[in-house]
Amino acid sequence: MSNILEVKDVHVSFLKERHTIFDKRNRIEVLKGISFEIKEGEIVGLVGESGCGKSTLAKVILGLIKPDSGEVIHGSTHPQMIFQDPYSSLNPAKTVQFILEEPLKNLTNLSAEQRLVKAKERLGQAGLDEKYLTHKPSELSGGQRQRVCIAESLMMDPKLLLADEPVSALDVTIQAQILKLLDDLQESLGLSILFISHDLRVVYQLCDRVMVMKNGIIVEQGEIDRVYRNPQHEYTKQLLKASGIIQ
Amino acid sequence: MLLHVEDLNIEFHDHIVPETVVYDFDLDMEEGEIVGLVGESGSGKSMSALAIAGLLSRHDAKKRGQILFEGTDILGCPRETLRGLQGDEISMVFQEPMTSLNPVKKIGWQVEEAMRIHTKATPEERKRRALEVLSHVDLDDPERVYNSYPHQLSGGMRQRVMIAAAMINTPKLLIADEPTTALDVTVQAEIVKLLKHINKKHNTAILFISHDLSLVRQLCGRVLVMKGGYVVESGNTEEIFNNPKEDYTKHLIDSIPKVNLDE
Amino acid sequence: MKRAFKDFNFTLGLILTAIVLIPAIIGIFWTPYSTETMDNAMKMAGASLSHPFGCDNFGRDILSRVMAGTGTTLIIGLGTVFIGTLIGTIIGAFTGYYGGLVDDIFMRFNDVMFSFPSLLLALVFVAIMGSGRIQLLIALGIAFIPSYVRIVRAEYVRARNLDYVKSASLAGASDLRIMFVHILPNIVKVLINSILIGFNNAVLAEAGLSFLGIGVQPPVASLGRMLSDAQTYLFNAPGMALAPGLTLIVMVLGISLLGKSKVITDR
Repeated sequence: MSNILEVKDVHVSFLKERHTIFDKRNRIEVLKGISFEIKEGEIVGLVGESGCGKSTLAKVILGLIKPDSGEVIHGSTHPQMIFQDPYSSLNPAKTVQFILEEPLKNLTNLSAEQRLVKAKERLGQAGLDEKYLTHKPSELSGGQRQRVCIAESLMMDPKLLLADEPVSALDVTIQAQILKLLDDLQESLGLSILFISHDLRVVYQLCDRVMVMKNGIIVEQGEIDRVYRNPQHEYTKQLLKASGIIQ
Repeated sequence: MLLHVEDLNIEFHDHIVPETVVYDFDLDMEEGEIVGLVGESGSGKSMSALAIAGLLSRHDAKKRGQILFEGTDILGCPRETLRGLQGDEISMVFQEPMTSLNPVKKIGWQVEEAMRIHTKATPEERKRRALEVLSHVDLDDPERVYNSYPHQLSGGMRQRVMIAAAMINTPKLLIADEPTTALDVTVQAEIVKLLKHINKKHNTAILFISHDLSLVRQLCGRVLVMKGGYVVESGNTEEIFNNPKEDYTKHLIDSIPKVNLDE
Repeated sequence: MKRAFKDFNFTLGLILTAIVLIPAIIGIFWTPYSTETMDNAMKMAGASLSHPFGCDNFGRDILSRVMAGTGTTLIIGLGTVFIGTLIGTIIGAFTGYYGGLVDDIFMRFNDVMFSFPSLLLALVFVAIMGSGRIQLLIALGIAFIPSYVRIVRAEYVRARNLDYVKSASLAGASDLRIMFVHILPNIVKVLINSILIGFNNAVLAEAGLSFLGIGVQPPVASLGRMLSDAQTYLFNAPGMALAPGLTLIVMVLGISLLGKSKVITDR
């Protein structure tokens, strides 16, 4: 199996906000040398607490932030992203059809009919009836919105999906449905998914491999069962304990 | 009996068609008891809690039934009586520690507020008490926290401050509405531990509202499961977990991601 | 649509606006008398069957002048709002979306402009460009830009950090497309309200400037001009002020009510 993503020794730092113009502008290191790879068809979990650099790492992979040093190598097409809050990630003024067709309009030469066919197909794969094409996000429930987001992320046939806490804003029963959907899609489309979460139970259910991140460093990574049964790093143990997974 | 709720119905009138959000809600709580209230968004759990705390304004919600707190009728009593209870005998902790503290006031001032309203304590007494409760919620260096503004604290610290503020008059009932939802998992565990400790030390009854069943299981002896405004099942937490009677409860429990390492 | 008429603000606003608008539209094509023909015999005549609102100090029929004058005032109001909204939205969108140094410079300049009342600002422009209908329209339009920049910029600053904007840029949308196709429809609600309020202000500003004698020049009729003429004879012929004054009040009230109605704000 080939690598779909390689991240090599990525460093990112930000300038600290100044309170007065006389303050010295200090740099804060957010990512301190991150290296990992994701293979084709693999679901990798990235866990860590807020402020550990998870979201910054996602932005680096998407190319929204340029790293200070290190490199990100994509094995195929551009990755797509599923955001945490389905209430802010869908444009409230647009219909589902517009949202789904937007990437095709900007990046391909498909005709209007071809776009519609594709939008219907992806919406169906995300488990929504095509009647929702004419709906606006405000007419959908949280779970339905997240399905639209998933369909949107699939429009350009990406090989890699980044999912930033995609289920943490959802109710537990809806959460289970969305996790199942991601799992099914991974299988049927051969996707790779980088699944960012703070919920270790959710990660266990979905992922093949897990990386534990703290203060901009990956402190531990490995097969999910190995890490959960036999955590090596103190911080991993602490997280597993807090989630009630180990005593 | 600390709290007796009978036949509580809540109806909203802000749309043309009145909308009922809570139906026939019954709840009895003894002093020092921890009761969990579980359900998904829109199930009516927060509405019920707000009504018990006397925080549902009279204009947009119509309430029927009875809420007796130590014999005082929360729904029918005059505004002054209610104000006398709130922050003194009943207090509440909310979900968002970011928005439930006033950003332009120092922590000390906010923690003391309930004491300023309900007691005749001198400023020195108030400060001593505030520092005391701040240290009780396991905040290191309470003096520094006392003089800080909310934005200088982390989410977990802010939620501790909220709990400290709620506990300053040692209330008999603490209502916690999803107090850990916005927090990281390690901080969540600490807050749950803290609530347990408070319950044991001051014999404060806690009504713990959450959508997270595993947390409820850790904390509460008794649980009410709500769906669509109705209480569908209630009883001993372990019994419900091991032997749920209603389909919805089963579904809810099955939806918790399982981690089984022993196979 | 049926539901719309249940909304009291909408219905009443529509009725009041129609009462003013329909005669004004007719007034473009036909008025009972010429607006400029003077008749010495009818000087300051009271209301009568042939002149329902009476005549002014030159013996011109007030009804005819109100019908024509409302049109003038409306065109100035609409034009002002159009210029202000168009340019204000473009500047606001760019400064709000990009932020940074350009934003800082523009906004400080905007603050300076903002610190003058728009009427005073318009006065300055009129002094530079001369008076007349078109000049007045442009002057008021420019004077109204800063307030729209404010509103639009604040909305863009809020919107640029939302996930749907990030999502749009991941979908390959250009900055211009994000600004005007993705974000703009979301701020229309806020914009419509300020457009309606702005329209009222523009009408009042036109009346004010004409009242001061630097707006519309005689003998062209406008509501403001007519009010200013009537002022001199307020005690001899109060009827002269009544018709244009009432028209102005009804028009501003009608449009304000429309702006407040749920039909408009809930879009």
